[in-house]
Amino acid sequence: MVQKKGSPQIVYPSGSILASNQAWFGSARAMREAILKESFRAHVGHIGSALCVVEILEALYGYILEADQPNNPDRDRFVLSKGHAALGLYVALYFKGWISAEQLSTFCGNDTTFGVHPEPHTPGVDFGTGSLGQGLSFATGAALAAKWQKSKRRVFALLSDAECNEGSTWEAAMFAAHHKLANLCAILDLNKQQAFGYTKDVINLPRLREIWQSFGWDVHEVDGHNLEQIVTTVNELNFVNGRPHVILAHTVFGKGVSFMEGQIKWHYSPLSEAELSQALNDVNKG
Amino acid sequence: MRLTFIKTLVELAHKDPRIVLLTADLGYSALEPFRDQFPDRYVNVGVAEQNMVGVATGLAEAGFIPFVYSIVTFASLRPYEFIRNGPIAHQLPVRIAGVGGGMEYSHNGLTHFGVEDIGVMRTQLGLSVYAPADANQTRSILQATFDAKGPIYYRLGKDDRTIVPGLEGSFIEGEAQLIREGKDCLLLSMGAVSNETALAAAQLKEAGLSCAHAVIASINPAPNIVSLLSNYSNIFTVEAHYIQGGLGSLVSECMADNAVKAKLTRIGLTRPPDSVTGDHDFLYGRYGLSPQAIAQKVSDVMKLSGVTC
Repeated sequence: MVQKKGSPQIVYPSGSILASNQAWFGSARAMREAILKESFRAHVGHIGSALCVVEILEALYGYILEADQPNNPDRDRFVLSKGHAALGLYVALYFKGWISAEQLSTFCGNDTTFGVHPEPHTPGVDFGTGSLGQGLSFATGAALAAKWQKSKRRVFALLSDAECNEGSTWEAAMFAAHHKLANLCAILDLNKQQAFGYTKDVINLPRLREIWQSFGWDVHEVDGHNLEQIVTTVNELNFVNGRPHVILAHTVFGKGVSFMEGQIKWHYSPLSEAELSQALNDVNKG
Repeated sequence: MRLTFIKTLVELAHKDPRIVLLTADLGYSALEPFRDQFPDRYVNVGVAEQNMVGVATGLAEAGFIPFVYSIVTFASLRPYEFIRNGPIAHQLPVRIAGVGGGMEYSHNGLTHFGVEDIGVMRTQLGLSVYAPADANQTRSILQATFDAKGPIYYRLGKDDRTIVPGLEGSFIEGEAQLIREGKDCLLLSMGAVSNETALAAAQLKEAGLSCAHAVIASINPAPNIVSLLSNYSNIFTVEAHYIQGGLGSLVSECMADNAVKAKLTRIGLTRPPDSVTGDHDFLYGRYGLSPQAIAQKVSDVMKLSGVTC
């Protein structure tokens, strides 16, 4: 276990808090706490990007993904196309029971595969990412494979709104629609900002619903912080026939931490000790 | 080589259901045999090479052996980062087949020339690279490598008729194929220009210079050629590729690493294409890759080293 000198020991909750899903013992609050503590210990940024997808990851790993084992070939696949939110994914893998607290606490240490972005050989990771605009293609291939193999498994990809800047995202979007990959579901994290500005100021895409619809996708919109709404929306999708699905999830960047919400700074900045204290206070209060 | 490649792939696909073929809208009058026999294992992804490699990565993760097909530049350079972060990083059995290495697309011009693909592809540790010299060797290479565990780049020529004399389709992974014995110097060639090299060696023989000639098709990981190199004090590499990054660089590295004491002359493109177009033979003459130009270069260098011919 890699622990920086003087950094706080992290205590995670244990035991199931959800009778409906014994394999999941997380909650949005616990996930945010773990993200904040791990990013502080490792002195690594991308905190706001991880905080805003907490409910989406909780929905996927707690209630949606049909995946009992990380190596079951017929499990649902998940691609974190916005790879810079990997800490959120690791925390979800921890609450899913696929990685240990000890593994999670190696985040961005030495001699660990748990880095800033998910590596191809990180435990529990289906596809390594980190270069924006590649994940939807991987997911599309995985969905085509399931279709060809006549498997019921589904493929989910979580994209950032900035990934809509990448041409390759649209190559994959066209392909998935043409091939009617109904077993594919993209979730678009609309946190309205990217590394160096607000999306409206960088590349404004105010009509994303119409754009995805015109590409032949089945489009839904949810409050990306409403767990029940995310789960219900996904559960009502037709994964057998029809169009691929995209869920436009409206989120708040840095969700849950008052001084991070909507702030560009928190794409990269790590936390100071005082900021951690306030952030934990916000998260536990909210 | 491409027709042979597809013919061989069809044969292999009959035996191995994991094989699927993706094209980025190229391969008219080449891929039809596969498409027609395996319509459920063939996809034209459209003109979208990045997505083609991404999709192939997803297919390979699920157990398929996807072949992706395009012209050399569009198969290698356009989706390069996808190749790196997809099949190479994940060590999945995606096969990238690029057609038209060198200037085989002649009148189509610069955008269609594959003159740096080997340079960029062989820098990728974890990617196997093969450059067959003719159709028969293409067949041997594909049969020997198609089900390897990791990703592969095949650099193919367009020409299915020209057969490199003496090669007889031979291929051994990690080795050079010696097709002509000789004592005065060693010629090493990569890809379809091996034919021009073989013709040059024959011309030089007539003129009294005894050149050994070996074909190097196993490019990455680097083949074991140290003992071959050690027999000569004059070595020439011939490639339809920039002299930087390709076979010449590969041989230079091998010589430096193993303290092989010999003079190396790299024959290939020494300047970028300049928009002047012409047919295959015209361009190979213009860039010093015709049999005559290769023979002349070898002869000039050998005269300077005191060997007359």
